[in-house]
Amino acid sequence: MTAPAPKPVEPAIVARDLTRRFGSFTAVDNISFDVGQGEVFGFLGANGAGKTTAMKMLIGLLAPTSGEARVAGLDLKTETEEIRKRIGYMSQRFSLYEDLTVLENIALYGGIYQLSKETITERSSRMLEVLGLEDDLVARLPLGWKQKLAFSVALLHEPAIVFLDEPTGGVDPITRRQFWEMIYAAALRGTTVFVTTHYMDEAEYCDRISIMVDGKIAAMGTPLELKQKWNVPTIDELFVRLARPA
Amino acid sequence: MQVLRVLLRKEYLQIFRDRLMLRQMILMPFIQLLLLGSAATFEVKTARMYVVDNDMSTMSRGLVDRMRASGRFKLVGGSQSMQLANEELLARRADMILGLPAGLERTIVNSRSGSVQLVFNAEDGALAGVTNSYAQRIIQTYSREVGASLTPAALETSRIETRTRGWYNQELNYKHYMIPGILVQLLTVIGTLLTAMNIVREKEIGTLDQLNVTPIPRMTFIAAKLIPLLTIALVEFAIGMAIARWGFGVPIRGSIALIFFAGVIYLVVALGIGLYVSTIVHTQQQAMFVSFFMIMVYLLMSGLFTPIRSMPKWAQWMTEINPVKHFIVIMREVMLKGAGLADVARPLVVLAGMSVIVLSLAVRHYAKRAA
Amino acid sequence: MERADNRRALRPTRETGMISTLGAFMTKEIRHILRDRQTLVVLLMMPLVQVVLFGYALRSDVRDVRLAIVDPSPDYATLALRDRFTAGRRFKIVAIEPSMERVEPLFRRGAADLAVELDPDFAPHLESGEPAKVLVVVDASDPNTGATMQAYARAVIDLYEADLEANGKQPVRIIPAVRMRFNPTLESVNLFVPGLIALVLTLVSALMTAISLSREKERGTLEILLVSPLRPWQIIVGKVLPYLGLAFANVLTALLAASLIFHVPLRGSVTLLLAESILYSMVSLAIGVLVASLTDSQRVAMLVALLATMLPSTLLSGMIFPLASMPKLLQVLSNIVPAKWFIVIARGIMLKGVGLEHLWLETLVLFGMLLLLMTLAVRSFKPRVA
Repeated sequence: MTAPAPKPVEPAIVARDLTRRFGSFTAVDNISFDVGQGEVFGFLGANGAGKTTAMKMLIGLLAPTSGEARVAGLDLKTETEEIRKRIGYMSQRFSLYEDLTVLENIALYGGIYQLSKETITERSSRMLEVLGLEDDLVARLPLGWKQKLAFSVALLHEPAIVFLDEPTGGVDPITRRQFWEMIYAAALRGTTVFVTTHYMDEAEYCDRISIMVDGKIAAMGTPLELKQKWNVPTIDELFVRLARPA
Repeated sequence: MQVLRVLLRKEYLQIFRDRLMLRQMILMPFIQLLLLGSAATFEVKTARMYVVDNDMSTMSRGLVDRMRASGRFKLVGGSQSMQLANEELLARRADMILGLPAGLERTIVNSRSGSVQLVFNAEDGALAGVTNSYAQRIIQTYSREVGASLTPAALETSRIETRTRGWYNQELNYKHYMIPGILVQLLTVIGTLLTAMNIVREKEIGTLDQLNVTPIPRMTFIAAKLIPLLTIALVEFAIGMAIARWGFGVPIRGSIALIFFAGVIYLVVALGIGLYVSTIVHTQQQAMFVSFFMIMVYLLMSGLFTPIRSMPKWAQWMTEINPVKHFIVIMREVMLKGAGLADVARPLVVLAGMSVIVLSLAVRHYAKRAA
Repeated sequence: MERADNRRALRPTRETGMISTLGAFMTKEIRHILRDRQTLVVLLMMPLVQVVLFGYALRSDVRDVRLAIVDPSPDYATLALRDRFTAGRRFKIVAIEPSMERVEPLFRRGAADLAVELDPDFAPHLESGEPAKVLVVVDASDPNTGATMQAYARAVIDLYEADLEANGKQPVRIIPAVRMRFNPTLESVNLFVPGLIALVLTLVSALMTAISLSREKERGTLEILLVSPLRPWQIIVGKVLPYLGLAFANVLTALLAASLIFHVPLRGSVTLLLAESILYSMVSLAIGVLVASLTDSQRVAMLVALLATMLPSTLLSGMIFPLASMPKLLQVLSNIVPAKWFIVIARGIMLKGVGLEHLWLETLVLFGMLLLLMTLAVRSFKPRVA
């Protein structure tokens, strides 16, 4: 269940010495990594390790204190607006509008990304079909469906990269499985998936992962590589070992 | 633009689906105007007068009668003890004491001058002052009557015939004065508070982040937020004006179009301030408190509750940069005096200037990316 | 992080444990308050700013009346009268015109407050014994100010007339000696500070408590507490005590500022004032708790708390607008507003220096309200959260 290896062209995401400080507290400490196009990249770490902060920098919500990055081939600092057209985002707190219906939410984001009316209609009905949903107020959907819907909406405009912040928080195992199937489907189509999670078992689903501890990247590589290098049976075990001195 | 249209659609959908807010929106002008309109008055009604008459002469009784005849003073008790009188004042059974010392009549007849005592319960500062004015007036008139009766013969048709007229408020109805101000307050609260709360709510829930990641231009987003709020505020304004006109009988002597035009400009300022507040707070609670604080200072220093002429010079200068003050001036002048565009040109221009400044500052401060 | 704190605090089940539980709970609450710097700043600044504004800037005395004189044919008599107006410091002549039409635009623009139109044949009339006409026109938009300005103008004219009549003989003058008790200088700040205290107490005690409680309810952390051995009243007390402390700090700051900077009198017993403030605070707290337990979300709680506490406390309590000026219906209604009773008490203590012997009724009313509200609050608290 592995996606094809990254193509030998410019990586989807390049981060060099990315740092973010809040006063005297360093949330993200000089991290550097590459994410290839079409990769499913798992950004792991404990709560408070700096994952969300790092992600927020990459999607242009937070300015880095120092360091550089290129997203979708564009410079993070100077070409932010262009980057925004090429990425999708699903935030940790569920953030579709609860008081709007499914179709209204889709129409909203479709319009924001300036898709044509026909495209929006076509993709809306396809989405409803795939998800098995009827149009209703989003507030009335159960949590699992909301998450899947948010993911689909993040992909609505067919971005090159999609950023997912803890997408499977609080859902049942079956829904989690379905979710990862959706992620693979997207990756197969060529979308790069950058996902943060604190569920270490989900690490196995990714092409490559990195583990953040106290703002630094403590380990990076494919799950198999890491397990062999550190001689642990599961990524979970690796995480515990890395996180303990902290 | 497609993006603006889609965003506006979302805002309006959300507004109309929010039952609670809709109900509140409809109720607010009614509650504010009815309550404030009836309660917000410094009108002086009848003062309860206690008389300490130690003279018991024609003259002393004559003065008491004059006071009562004016309709502004109600006799609630009398005695010859100032101590008793003070007790009444303390216990809030009387508002003022008229003290007539022994020998008053004799002193006046002999030396053509005498002294009486007026003691007011000045807890309610302003009221006491106005009541004092009335009392002094009556005493003065009485003095001249006494003068006339004491001086024999001739003269004494009054030399000067003085008539007075109050313009713009014939019935001296306090409501007519206060209600334009209350309308302004209503608009200010809606404009600033609602805007701040609305935007901060998206911040709190997290949908704001979602929008900030999209390529929506900053100006488009702000316009999409402010336009619906502007329309709501204008609807409220219209409802409020209707209540003022037909509920309270406040005259609208000037052009309604002018009033609404000024209202739009003022609202842009108010909304801009709300936008700015939303960029400096993180929770709805903070939005509420900070907005309230700012609104309160603006309202107090605007001449709405206390006249600007009574403020010290520095405070009067400060009102020049207070948008509320200018809008109240426009409202009162146009509604009560029928002022036209030329008459209110100056405050209008000032407001327009402020709207440009405030809005650009607020927009500049709103960033999709946090620093 | 919050959940961890709560769970740690919940473990002890013995009696002494319960007290330390309450303590831990209150500490958390205090930390919350301190961390929300912006709200804190507003809460502390608000009474101070209001005291300063009312002390320095907001007055109701009438000064610098802008006077426009309409004198079609000036002569020695009109000039003499005009001099009388400029002599005092009450009037400022902003225009001298030959006709009223020229003065009207000044009124419309708000550039003049008062106009005095003099008879074109003023002196001739006086000499021949006919009455000389004077018309005083005042901008009566604000009736009170209008009445006062009018009174000032008439006083000048009357004095002039009296001097004319005297003709060598001294006019009769009855001179009133005026005493404004409890507020000799008619300082509005004296008037306002008791109301300000009430406002601050209401704001912190009722509003903030309602918001904070409903927020915990919304987040679900309240349920954890309810399942614990803590009784409902203990939870309420623990939640509410820090806000009482905050309200208190606020009141003290305001009182200090008022008395030190503006010499607002405090003629009565400070202890009594503080005690009554605590009583009123508790009434407000009870209202806040009641609101929180009856509403479902933070937003609704905010709204209801505003409507039920802030609005009546500022409008119907006599804080700003005198109760005596209001229509009878509103005066009756004001009796269910706790702030009204507290303001009577505060003004009594601060301005008049009276004690309980004059304030027993008001204090009793507040006590009654407290008992009623507390019973309601506690009773509706537990089942509501379920």
